[in-house]
Amino acid sequence: MNGVHDMGGMHGLGPVQYERNEPVFHADWEGRAFAINLAAAAWRKWSLDALRYQIELIPAAEYLRMSYYEKWLTAVTERLVQSGLVTRAEVDSGKAAAGSSKATPPLTAAEVPGMLRSGALASRDVPAMAHFHTGQRVRARNIHPVGHTRLPRYARGKLGTVERDHGVYVFPDTIAHGAGENPQHVYSVRFTAQELWGGQASPRDSVFLDLWDDYLEPA
Amino acid sequence: MSAPPHGHDRDHDHQVVPSDPALRVKALESLLTEKGLVDPKALDALINKYEHQVGPRNGARVVARAWVDSSYKRRLMQDATSAIAELGYGGAQGEHMVVVENTPEVHNLVVCTLCSCYPWSVLGLPPVWYKSAPYRSRAVIDPRGVLREFGLELADETEVRVWDSTAEIRYLVLPERPAGSESLDETELAALVTRDAMIGVAKVAAPAMGASA
Repeated sequence: MNGVHDMGGMHGLGPVQYERNEPVFHADWEGRAFAINLAAAAWRKWSLDALRYQIELIPAAEYLRMSYYEKWLTAVTERLVQSGLVTRAEVDSGKAAAGSSKATPPLTAAEVPGMLRSGALASRDVPAMAHFHTGQRVRARNIHPVGHTRLPRYARGKLGTVERDHGVYVFPDTIAHGAGENPQHVYSVRFTAQELWGGQASPRDSVFLDLWDDYLEPA
Repeated sequence: MSAPPHGHDRDHDHQVVPSDPALRVKALESLLTEKGLVDPKALDALINKYEHQVGPRNGARVVARAWVDSSYKRRLMQDATSAIAELGYGGAQGEHMVVVENTPEVHNLVVCTLCSCYPWSVLGLPPVWYKSAPYRSRAVIDPRGVLREFGLELADETEVRVWDSTAEIRYLVLPERPAGSESLDETELAALVTRDAMIGVAKVAAPAMGASA
């Protein structure tokens, strides 16, 4: 979706605010919100891209106002409700509905190291045709999906060069909506800064994006 | 806490305007615990992991090893995920790693314009500025201006490569080894390497005089 989250190239969002000796979490609740996200994801009711999409759905003004972990909290709450793990009434009251079933077992402390060590592979060891090859000139498609996508607006319609084939990965545009993994090749595509931003940009600079087969067409 | 009227669950994009997030988290954790969906001890373990164990010291060890061991560096540039795993790092948000090398001619900078993707396994959780709208919006269109704000002025001749983490590949910058660090051992070198240098918003500073006595 053409949301405010897709902010590459925007002006007017202010200077970068740097904090020296920044703590990992700025308040206890941030750590809890972070950890709840990971522990809730362990139920495998939604994909990472579904969570990202949920964050993208936060209304623009709210998105810009909220801190990072506030967005995570908002999104995970919405995913929990939509996946049926909790009801909205339970979220509002903070109490389990009378007679509601208890889901067990949750992720335990003992399982945390193993879960983090194995991570979640987004690559897939399945055959998929590579439609492009290293060195090939390509154009990022000029598409504007209303759902989740990882093709930023600033690259759409632009010409680039395939620098590397990363292999086969699940496709965010479908997996975010429960429409299948649709595994396909992901390429590192190099766009010159002048192709993206015009003659004002440095002729030496470039931006590399990792783009799926479905985002590209032959130039 | 304000909430949308019940029975309007289809209005998903009309999300709840929050009250105090601290209170909301507390209520959510209590609910999820009561329902058997999370174990508070697992939350403690997750927080402890990222507050005390996984952080930029991991990445600094990778960088220092690459500086002192050319065959390690070769493996790192070819297959970063495996080379980083040799030092015991990997997993969550480090499943698919690529390392990009800074040289006198090329400067690399990492961003995620669409959200805040970051190589947790080697750098820990990202700082607020990395997740902020100013950095995400400007790193791709004005990398030199952003770097200037970080105190890094690049020569016009230097080529800047910005890596926008749009997929599940995570990027780590291999900074240049600073002049004056020739006599340092791997552990001393690792102590010089900062998080910012591994994102690409800084260079690794030369060691302070006398540090390598």
